[in-house]
Amino acid sequence: MESKKPELKKITDYIWEIDPSYKDGMKVPGRIYSSKKLLGQMDTHVYDQLTNVATLPGIIDYAFCMPDGHSGYGFPIGGVAAFDSNDGVISPGGIGFDINCGMRLVRTNLTIHDVKPKIRELVNTLFANIPAGVGGKSKTRFSKDEFKKIIELGSRWCVEKGYGWEEDIERTEMNGSVEYADSAAVSEKAISRGFNQVGTLGSGNHYLEIQHVKEENLVDKELAKKWGLFPDQIVVMFHCGSRGFGHQVATDYLELFLQVMESKYKMKVLDRELACAPFQSKEGQDYFKAMNCAVNMGFANRQLILHGIRQGFAQIFGKSAEELEMHQIYDICHNRASLEKHEVHGKTKELIVHRKGATGAFGPGRIEVPPLYRNDGQPILIGGSMETGSWLLAGTEEAKQTWYTTAHGSGRVMSRAQATRTYRGDQLQRDMEKKRNLHKGCFSERFGRRSRRCI
Amino acid sequence: MPYKFIDGVVVADITFEASGDTLEELFESSANAVTNAMIDKLERIEAKEERKITLEAETEEKLLHKFLDEILFYKDADNIVFSKYKIKIKEKKAAHGCDERSNFILECIAKGEEIDNAKHTVLTDVKAVSWHMFKFEKGKQWKVQVVLDV
Repeated sequence: MESKKPELKKITDYIWEIDPSYKDGMKVPGRIYSSKKLLGQMDTHVYDQLTNVATLPGIIDYAFCMPDGHSGYGFPIGGVAAFDSNDGVISPGGIGFDINCGMRLVRTNLTIHDVKPKIRELVNTLFANIPAGVGGKSKTRFSKDEFKKIIELGSRWCVEKGYGWEEDIERTEMNGSVEYADSAAVSEKAISRGFNQVGTLGSGNHYLEIQHVKEENLVDKELAKKWGLFPDQIVVMFHCGSRGFGHQVATDYLELFLQVMESKYKMKVLDRELACAPFQSKEGQDYFKAMNCAVNMGFANRQLILHGIRQGFAQIFGKSAEELEMHQIYDICHNRASLEKHEVHGKTKELIVHRKGATGAFGPGRIEVPPLYRNDGQPILIGGSMETGSWLLAGTEEAKQTWYTTAHGSGRVMSRAQATRTYRGDQLQRDMEKKRNLHKGCFSERFGRRSRRCI
Repeated sequence: MPYKFIDGVVVADITFEASGDTLEELFESSANAVTNAMIDKLERIEAKEERKITLEAETEEKLLHKFLDEILFYKDADNIVFSKYKIKIKEKKAAHGCDERSNFILECIAKGEEIDNAKHTVLTDVKAVSWHMFKFEKGKQWKVQVVLDV
């Protein structure tokens, strides 16, 4: 069911607004942050979904869509909305099934010249160290009781058990361990589905990339240097989330919200995937606690993967990870809802901010930015396509207008089936190897069916 | 058991349509579609292990959604994918005061085996069965359209 395309009012060259008169029930306008070119490439369902979000009870100011927005379920991917924590709602559709899907970046002191001769060996070692693909099981077995600690403590648990460095914690968003995580709010089914997947990359658009820092792409050379980047350096970036555990948490609570939303809370939404509950209700609070467990699982998952990466590099280069200066630069989540204090019409309010396929981008001085980076702004990791590269950015005060949020690096210009028709996985892999020796089909599945990634 | 993948519904994800002359056939073809989104050539999945699945829901539509969720649960929890199903669906009438409601109960024995990368061609992971554009129709045949989050 597709609605008519709305009129997009140009606010600036990069902000486009949909008026609340477009759809019955819209409480606020929709705002899309995009260049005209990107706007032209967005699929039209985005408008429908964004304006559906604008009808949710308690939404504040705007329903936002980031430049890489594309259609999702309930919220578009790239959708951002804030609700008052007292009388607003929480919606699993504003977070996504892959809770705490996110990015982590680790640097090395190696250059492309050090790594190139050993690239195949390195890739094979990382592939062996880090389980990937459908059914990839954790190298380290955890009991269900240990898993409950992992989902309550996140990266903190991993570091205490020796799977990381103390400094990794302060270089992870929210210190890799969010509050309000209570395993009692999580179903046994979710635990059974995810307890053997800690430290696994997963499949689909999840990936691990060995990347080359190119001098011509260092826009702010001073900041790059301060954050430990230099020309021709090798860094590793990876993208994954809370795996089957998070998927089950989302599935469980979507079902629960669909049961209680109308009967108990007398709320109606335009799309079942927008099912929601008052944030302060029992169901809303339980979901928040369970979702935060999945957020912690996502951080712990990436922490264990980092451990596998450090071991792999140490093995291939015959030096310890410390000697290789494999410091984590940052870890950032792009699928979650969090309680944050923001200024609303001149007053500070506590909001429950939903970011689905959207990255936090807090500016300098904000408490959400770790002390190490507080003067510079929050590091933002944007994964690009394999051909076009990825970006490390810093949050600015200007991001205040979107609850300090920016893109996450996905976008879709082609459907899965179109991509499969257009590209052959094996040919693409050969072409890429020819162009850039550094890339090998380390996770061949990614080449098999996909040539682009998204959330 | 017919199902087909269709393009252009949701750009980033996988959509399929399935049908069946009976409700049981619809469930089986839908489960095969979910598995086939993840694994190519279902005939290579041998019936080496089985799982018993019992579910209950207020409507046939919700029952199907729950059933497809189970396929994903076993894929992650036990690393198992299925290719053979023995399905029975019963309607249970229950009186709640003056209000007479039905519940639908599914009993299924699903047979398959652990994912083996050497034997099975893994395509992608399916994270969830969404409600997005979920269309469930009861006409001459049972039909469904499902969008899978991948």
